[in-house]
Amino acid sequence: MIEHFVSPPQWEWYIVWYFFLGGIAGGVYALGAILRLMGDERDAPVARLAFLLSLPVLAICPILLTLDLGRPLRFWHMMIDSRTFGLNFKYWSPMSVGVWVLLVFSVFALVSFLEALAGLRAGRTPFLTGGLGRAFVIVGAVFGLFLAGYTGVLLSVSNQPIWSDTWALGALFLASGLSVAAATLSLVTRLGRHEQSSEAKLTRADRYFIILELALLVVFFLTLGAAGSRFLAHRWMALWVVVLIGTLVPLALHFSTERRVPAMLAAVLTLAGGLALRIVVVFGAQM
Amino acid sequence: MARTVGFFTDTTLCIGCKACEVACKEWNQLPGHAPQFGDGYDNTSQLDEQNWRHVQFHERTTAKGGVAWNMMSDVCKHCALASCMEVCPTNAIIRTEFDTVYIQPSVCNGCRDCIAACPYHVIGFDEASGLARKCTFCYDRLQANLTPACAKACPTESIKFGELSTMKEIAGARVNQLRGQGMSEARLYGDKEYGGLHALFLLTDKPEVYGLPPTESAVLPSRNNARGYLGTLVTAALGVVGAVFAFRERAGKE
Repeated sequence: MIEHFVSPPQWEWYIVWYFFLGGIAGGVYALGAILRLMGDERDAPVARLAFLLSLPVLAICPILLTLDLGRPLRFWHMMIDSRTFGLNFKYWSPMSVGVWVLLVFSVFALVSFLEALAGLRAGRTPFLTGGLGRAFVIVGAVFGLFLAGYTGVLLSVSNQPIWSDTWALGALFLASGLSVAAATLSLVTRLGRHEQSSEAKLTRADRYFIILELALLVVFFLTLGAAGSRFLAHRWMALWVVVLIGTLVPLALHFSTERRVPAMLAAVLTLAGGLALRIVVVFGAQM
Repeated sequence: MARTVGFFTDTTLCIGCKACEVACKEWNQLPGHAPQFGDGYDNTSQLDEQNWRHVQFHERTTAKGGVAWNMMSDVCKHCALASCMEVCPTNAIIRTEFDTVYIQPSVCNGCRDCIAACPYHVIGFDEASGLARKCTFCYDRLQANLTPACAKACPTESIKFGELSTMKEIAGARVNQLRGQGMSEARLYGDKEYGGLHALFLLTDKPEVYGLPPTESAVLPSRNNARGYLGTLVTAALGVVGAVFAFRERAGKE
């Protein structure tokens, strides 16, 4: 096993919330794109809702990241070399890659948001139609999925024990991000009046995402091996219990009923579990 | 004048006086933290944004059953392949004309990625300035052709400073000398790790005892890029297939 002596980077609540909201923004966009491409016309309102949700959630992300910096006004140093004024891009540094993905994805999220907003009034897709429109949301979805997952890779590309002891964090955050995104969309959908068939589809998709997440949780602990013993402290155990409740209970509810209240309960628990996962991974490795 | 400099810290000569710590703080105008008093003589406790030199005290039991100290003045290693420099997204961390690793205070924005990357617990976050800070190898003194403050102050020459190649020669000769005198546990640390360190250490115990990763653990953060992204990519593919399956299913049935 690799042995390092690393000081904690003091990445705390701003980062936890960024990981959580980035997962929702990217995941919701991807779900909206797939729903638009694969669903029927009754799913159009929910797909539109996804694009309406993605941008506002995404907009919080750069604010959190900037506030987390020791020198917030130097946020632009991430993109532009402050000495040469050339572009800064290091493909081997996920933080550098992530900044650019966040920026590029914002463009897709903004265009899709405006399109959905216009569609809300017109009742149909005003622009981004046809092959070009499909290609646009597909590329946007790829960036969205990247945003939901790279945060785990960012933690792994370090020498911090736990984070760097596993390759599964990016995968785990992505699976959890998709599940949390499905739960968010499901919750907002059920707060309004939408087609039951669309709601059922989200529930159905979340079943796969939760199963994927549970499998990756097992992989995560297997890859950690002895390093995972750090999580045996009571406070981390309590958070892992929330993670388990936030996956197993929604999964059971998804398989047993399609009624509104249990579905909303499942969504709330999924959100709590997704947040708990990020808290325990971010704080657990640093304390 | 550009040259490739290095430290060689001979722990067998360290008497734990901490003159290096004081000289470093004086020259670099580091106020330091309030001292922490434990059950030993180490009240500095670690390298961080205020402590760029740290004299470690490790108690060990001698062959005769007595207690002795292994002392070592720790410092940034200025790795040839530096983990901090690898991850730094702003290019604030640069390699100087002296082949040392330097955080440019005017560029760093305090993201702290370097802190999670450094395997030697060297870099600390300075709340006052909002910057990541560490040993500069006395960059300003080097530019003026002066010896770094710590090496200048060391009264036993436990900390030696000079051309890296010279340091390697001295270190190799010293290890051979000590081994010849029967100190079989004497070993050199830093000639193989991270492409070769610019701070070499003569140790009398395993590197882990001094908070130094063993040679086989001296690996860079970027080792996790490919497998991390690959795992994410496979998960993305499975997730998309799941969503496609779920979103088409009902439509097909009805």
